[in-house]
Amino acid sequence: KTRPLEYRVAQLEALGRFLEEKKQDILEATALDMGKPSFEAYFTEILLCKNELNDTLNNLSHWMKDEHVDKNLVTQLDSAFIRKDPYGVVLIIAPWNYPIHLFLVPLIGAIAAGNCVVIKPSEISKNTEKLVAEMLTCYLDSDCFAVVTAGVEETTRLLENKFDYIFFTGSPSVGRIIMTAAAKHLTPVTLELGGKNPCYVSDTCDVQNVARRVVWGRFFNAGQTCIAPDYVLCSVEMQEKLMPALREAITEYFGSNPRESPDFARIVGDKQFKRVRALLSSGRVAIGGQTDEKERYIAPTVLADVQPSDPAMQEEIFGPILPIVVVANMDEAIDFINARPRPLAIYAFSCDSKVVNQVLERTSSGGFCGNDTLMHVTLTSLPFGGIGNSGLGKYHGKFTFDTFSHHRGCLHRNMGLEAINSPRYPPYTQQKLGLMTAAFEIKRKGMCTLL
Amino acid sequence: TRSLEYRMAQLEALGRFLEEKKQDILEATALDMHKPPFEAEFSEVLLCKNELNEALNNLSRWMKDKHVDKNLATQLDSAFIRKDPYGVVLIIGPWNYPIYLLLVPLIGAIAAGNCVIIKPSELTKNSEKLMEEVLPKYLDKDCFAVVTAGVEETTRLLENKFDYIFFTGSPSVGRIIMTAAAKHLTPVTLELGGKNPCYVSDTCDVQNVARRVAWGRFFNAGQTCIAPDYVLCSVEMQEKLMPALREAITEFYGSEPRDSPDFARIVGDEQFKRVQALLSSGRVAIGGQTDEKERYIAPTVLVDVKPSDPAMQEEIFGPILLIITVANMDEAIDFINSRERPLVVYAFSSDNKEVNQVLERTSSGGFCGNDTLMHVTLTSLPFGGIGSSGMGMCHGQFTFDTFTHHRGCLQRGTGLEPINTLRYPPYSTHKMGLIRTATSIKRRGECFLL
Repeated sequence: KTRPLEYRVAQLEALGRFLEEKKQDILEATALDMGKPSFEAYFTEILLCKNELNDTLNNLSHWMKDEHVDKNLVTQLDSAFIRKDPYGVVLIIAPWNYPIHLFLVPLIGAIAAGNCVVIKPSEISKNTEKLVAEMLTCYLDSDCFAVVTAGVEETTRLLENKFDYIFFTGSPSVGRIIMTAAAKHLTPVTLELGGKNPCYVSDTCDVQNVARRVVWGRFFNAGQTCIAPDYVLCSVEMQEKLMPALREAITEYFGSNPRESPDFARIVGDKQFKRVRALLSSGRVAIGGQTDEKERYIAPTVLADVQPSDPAMQEEIFGPILPIVVVANMDEAIDFINARPRPLAIYAFSCDSKVVNQVLERTSSGGFCGNDTLMHVTLTSLPFGGIGNSGLGKYHGKFTFDTFSHHRGCLHRNMGLEAINSPRYPPYTQQKLGLMTAAFEIKRKGMCTLL
Repeated sequence: TRSLEYRMAQLEALGRFLEEKKQDILEATALDMHKPPFEAEFSEVLLCKNELNEALNNLSRWMKDKHVDKNLATQLDSAFIRKDPYGVVLIIGPWNYPIYLLLVPLIGAIAAGNCVIIKPSELTKNSEKLMEEVLPKYLDKDCFAVVTAGVEETTRLLENKFDYIFFTGSPSVGRIIMTAAAKHLTPVTLELGGKNPCYVSDTCDVQNVARRVAWGRFFNAGQTCIAPDYVLCSVEMQEKLMPALREAITEFYGSEPRDSPDFARIVGDEQFKRVQALLSSGRVAIGGQTDEKERYIAPTVLVDVKPSDPAMQEEIFGPILLIITVANMDEAIDFINSRERPLVVYAFSSDNKEVNQVLERTSSGGFCGNDTLMHVTLTSLPFGGIGSSGMGMCHGQFTFDTFTHHRGCLQRGTGLEPINTLRYPPYSTHKMGLIRTATSIKRRGECFLL
């Protein structure tokens, strides 16, 4: 049922109507869940999703087509192509920080690839979970798409079932559990996890611009972003210069009392609030540091002189706290980064493009952005995914479609023309081997062989 | 391992290994499973050389940063996909094509800039010894190593953290590998197996079908993950196929296949006993003779096989071809779809529509119409399983891509800050309007009045 193009387009267009018609509900739900400013919600939960939707609708018939491939001598008269088959039933488990975006974007690709989908939104963002459970099913064909609400225990039981693909966004520790459960059924997985995204700031840079871009990336959604710059690496001198620039940027964005700004989010839950607050006892609070437990408010905070052994350096912060760790130079920064698990993103700021390229060249991460934060994931043409602890697999744009497609190598030969095949049959002879070699071999370019 | 020159040098060294040690490879596989030198030269040497040359011919292009489309906001930036290696890759090879099934992933892993640990199968003792002693002489010891290990040692090996694991073998071991990999969040490619169905329609050239199916089934004495495992056809077609299969087998191996130099043996005693036990399924129509000392099982065809018979409970992986009768194509498709998804589905018909129907209405790793095995000789086609037949793909550029981390990169300018100010708080509807213009992707055929 999900196979024809028309069906898939109809479901995707229905998703588009969901985003249009339920826009206000989405803004309200995410505001209730974590104080997400409606500007941020509109950008990440609506606009970016619509982009993925349109990119897919614009290209789907092209992506779905059989892809014809090069043939060798023997198969010249045959048809050789890659058929894009769906996997079957896909499970998408979404996190709470961008609760619409992070299930909708994989959902778009899963539908585009012809799969049926079970969606499990996060139980931590309760209002959004309710919205998705109650409203999404009105738009999609309930024969093929379902929303399941589940806590930790129920999700464990859900995972005992056999799915044909599992797409999970969340923490590395839960990622391990998901993959272990998937292994029992040999279910392929994509895991979008996290880590501590380092942000190297060289001595040669426009300090004010750097400060504004880093502050934007760090405090967007009150820091609850898997690709947010987690900590800054810079020299002692740069730390001196950055501090006033960071202070200025924070004030410019959120005013002198960020708690009163409508543009600054809150921590999603009490447990998470306590966890992030505990990280404040690292280094020295240079900016911010105020908290309010009732509101789950943590001020945009910058910690200076943070040591690798401090609490803030032991886990992904996922909150509005930016630690600055001092290093002697770029080499030390690169060594620091390479001594730790590979992150989802690496950021490097420098006016000298050679410096940016060095950092890119000598480190390994899911993605990379030079001289800015977060922006690389707004391009549907770039693959988004982790490496090592930060995840496996990739998506966005066509990469989502490919993730949820099985690329089936197909060869369709002629029923006749048996003479071509006879050199391969026993009884084997040297002469036959010579013919086989001539018919099948791929030569090294630039070399001639005398036949 | 990062520079193109280094990777080319290692790959060229592999080429020299294949050239200089060709005779040793033929002898080792002959000792291990009586693999006919023709088959060994074709599958273990020629096909490997193809993959090697494909990689050498294209590597510099594969390695290049791939520049991608940008939106309005990033027009002046550099957006590209960087091909990074994963790090240390573990390749675990099986015993049936002991050189080929190790070398093909190895080629891709080296091409992608990784270090590699190679674990050949302990069941093919001679090939294992060849890999252990000879291969390290060709490759840089700093970055490549061969490890020999049995089941217990492999379990301990897997406790280590690898950056990628490539495994070829059975689904049950595949589960163990993936579970071990999950502890370290290590990505895996699993090339597993299953029972590959072979549908033969009533409209076909019976003699051609018989030869192509017999070739695919009895190559390497049936020890091929993509061999046709069982035939689905009508009762009438079974009648016609029988003499044609008999003729093909005699044409290939003579009246006494045990005397033919062109027919392999079962690799070990345990496997021999396993395959021999499957003979008590249906009725032996052709062959059926065995010799335990030689581990010889004759090219055999079983008819009137029932889904409950032993031969239908597991992948045969031996020189036994089953024929199961079905009423028509629809029944054949239902039969296929009610079972685990195999590595390959085969369909024979003079009517293209029928072949396409089978392709369309089933799901499998790969597919070949009107022949067997041939689809994997094209480096341009991805080779891999689905469901319990595996995950991931390889061959040609697909191997390179398997062992490459595709890193999305954006490099922006340090100035031009005014463009960015739209996104900063304090937020306003006006700003959002401008951002929408700068970043939105429109549905083609729609117009927006700005």
